[in-house]
Amino acid sequence: MITRRKAIASTCTVLVPGVVLHLGAAYGQEAPVKAIATFSILADFVRNVGGDRVDVAALVGPNGNAHVYAPSPSDAKKVAGAKVVFVNGLGFEGWLDRLVKASASTAPVIVATKGIKPIERGDDHHEVHEPEHDHGRADPHAWQSVTNAKIYVANIRDALAALDPAGKAVYEGSADTYLAKLDALDREVRDVIARIPADRRRVITSHNAFGYFQSAYGIEFTAPQGVSTESEASAKDVAAIITQIRRDKAAAVFLENVTDPRLMRQIASETGAKVGGVLYSDALTDRSGDAPTYIALIRHNLKQLAAALIS
Amino acid sequence: MFDLLIAPFTEFEFMRRALAGTLALALGAGPIGVFLMLRRMSLVGDAMAHAILPGAAIGFLLSGLNLFAMTAGGLIAGFIVALLTGLVARTTELKEDAALATFYLLSLALGVTIVSIKGTNVDLLHVLFGNVLALDDQTLLLIAGNASISLLVIALIYRPLVIECVDPGFMRSVSRAGGPAHLAFLALVVINLVSGFHALGTLLAVGIMMLPAAIGRFWARDITLMIVIATVSGVLAGYVGLLLSFHTGIASGPAIILLAGVLYVVSLLFGRVGGLVRQLFPGRHLEA
Repeated sequence: MITRRKAIASTCTVLVPGVVLHLGAAYGQEAPVKAIATFSILADFVRNVGGDRVDVAALVGPNGNAHVYAPSPSDAKKVAGAKVVFVNGLGFEGWLDRLVKASASTAPVIVATKGIKPIERGDDHHEVHEPEHDHGRADPHAWQSVTNAKIYVANIRDALAALDPAGKAVYEGSADTYLAKLDALDREVRDVIARIPADRRRVITSHNAFGYFQSAYGIEFTAPQGVSTESEASAKDVAAIITQIRRDKAAAVFLENVTDPRLMRQIASETGAKVGGVLYSDALTDRSGDAPTYIALIRHNLKQLAAALIS
Repeated sequence: MFDLLIAPFTEFEFMRRALAGTLALALGAGPIGVFLMLRRMSLVGDAMAHAILPGAAIGFLLSGLNLFAMTAGGLIAGFIVALLTGLVARTTELKEDAALATFYLLSLALGVTIVSIKGTNVDLLHVLFGNVLALDDQTLLLIAGNASISLLVIALIYRPLVIECVDPGFMRSVSRAGGPAHLAFLALVVINLVSGFHALGTLLAVGIMMLPAAIGRFWARDITLMIVIATVSGVLAGYVGLLLSFHTGIASGPAIILLAGVLYVVSLLFGRVGGLVRQLFPGRHLEA
């Protein structure tokens, strides 16, 4: 007859070595570095550099709007559990400081735009009224230039290598592969834009997030709202933008995945400018969408621009 | 003068559309607001707006900024709340205001829950605040259609509605039309709020309904005249509000409601019927 004590003892002899073995196996493989990126595009960069060694989660997921994002307690929990937090910086994540403090996290906060020369937000040379316009503040959407994306990647690579020296070679290898892809992408963008006639390189978007794209590749973007999506356009703003399209003969109007598409359609129908598809700015789409990765996002935007502007 | 008052509308199509939209809204919402006010249901519009919001939000989450889905969602949510409220108020001890409060709060909580389960924080602001500057053909037709239906139905149920306003007890003793008329009226409130939320957003839609009604109250004792004044002041607030937004850069929806607010304050002070100045200096009034 098996006593209870015997049963427990035998169970232990079976279980304990199993647990130890399991721990050993996990230790040999090393648990991935837990990282947090504030939004989906940044997370994509980290994923490409970190590969299997890094487990990255984005706080503002696909299709989310980081401008009006409100952190939830589960986000604070994610941040608290992370070894490193990647942020865009340049004022993009106004909510982040409080979140990091609230989560009592000690993880280093890595600013991925370090070394990027910021351009001013807004477009002063256009007479667009921007209620919350703030001179001297940098435009945070630096990733819209592929050259800048390479700086993001280099910063992420260095940060990961410093944090996890054992994986330095891996990070450098995958960063090099990815950087080569970005170089090819940069050439592709320049090739396509060279085919657009110079007088058609003017477009209107609902959310002015393409300042870096504009200064890198020479397509001029204007928005009816300021650089931020937080303000509601007034009749005066809309009238200004329509007057401006008529005067500048802007060739196309683009919708975006984060702002009011009804307003854009109205402006387009009133000015006769072509309505382009959706240009993605601040967020990737989910896997089934048009832009699940950064490279796909830039390619998608490029295709939309080419379709509307090369006629 | 022409530049100030007319040119914005001749030059820009979106201004013409915005004007047509607000005019239609004011026409439909004016009479409804007056009846709501006379029946001491002024806050019902606000409660109903909250009840509609979750339906519209669900429609928005299912199919984006789709006119049909958002309208259908709003109508369904609004009708369910209106019907349940009517049923509970007429069959149990609970009074109408309490019944409405419970159902609209439940509806609101349900909507917020569904939105949060769905996850993405895509701008729900567009559901909360419509855009009067972006009225396309479909939306305009919807608003105009709703206004027409409202006016027709009000014409049909005008008598029972008025009698129930002034003497519900009498109404119950002479006719059974009170119940159905009441439900039809609540349905009108819902469809007007739904068209209002496309143009002004759920929250401000109530403003174009109730403020003109309150203005009318200060100028007329007669219900017909009250409705006329309410409608006219709604139209006026819409027109001047759009101009204000055009010339000063204030967001359009709030500009319209604030303009109505200014008219209200003026009426409150100088209104012929119970205005504050009249109450303080009644002498001349008595002589006349």
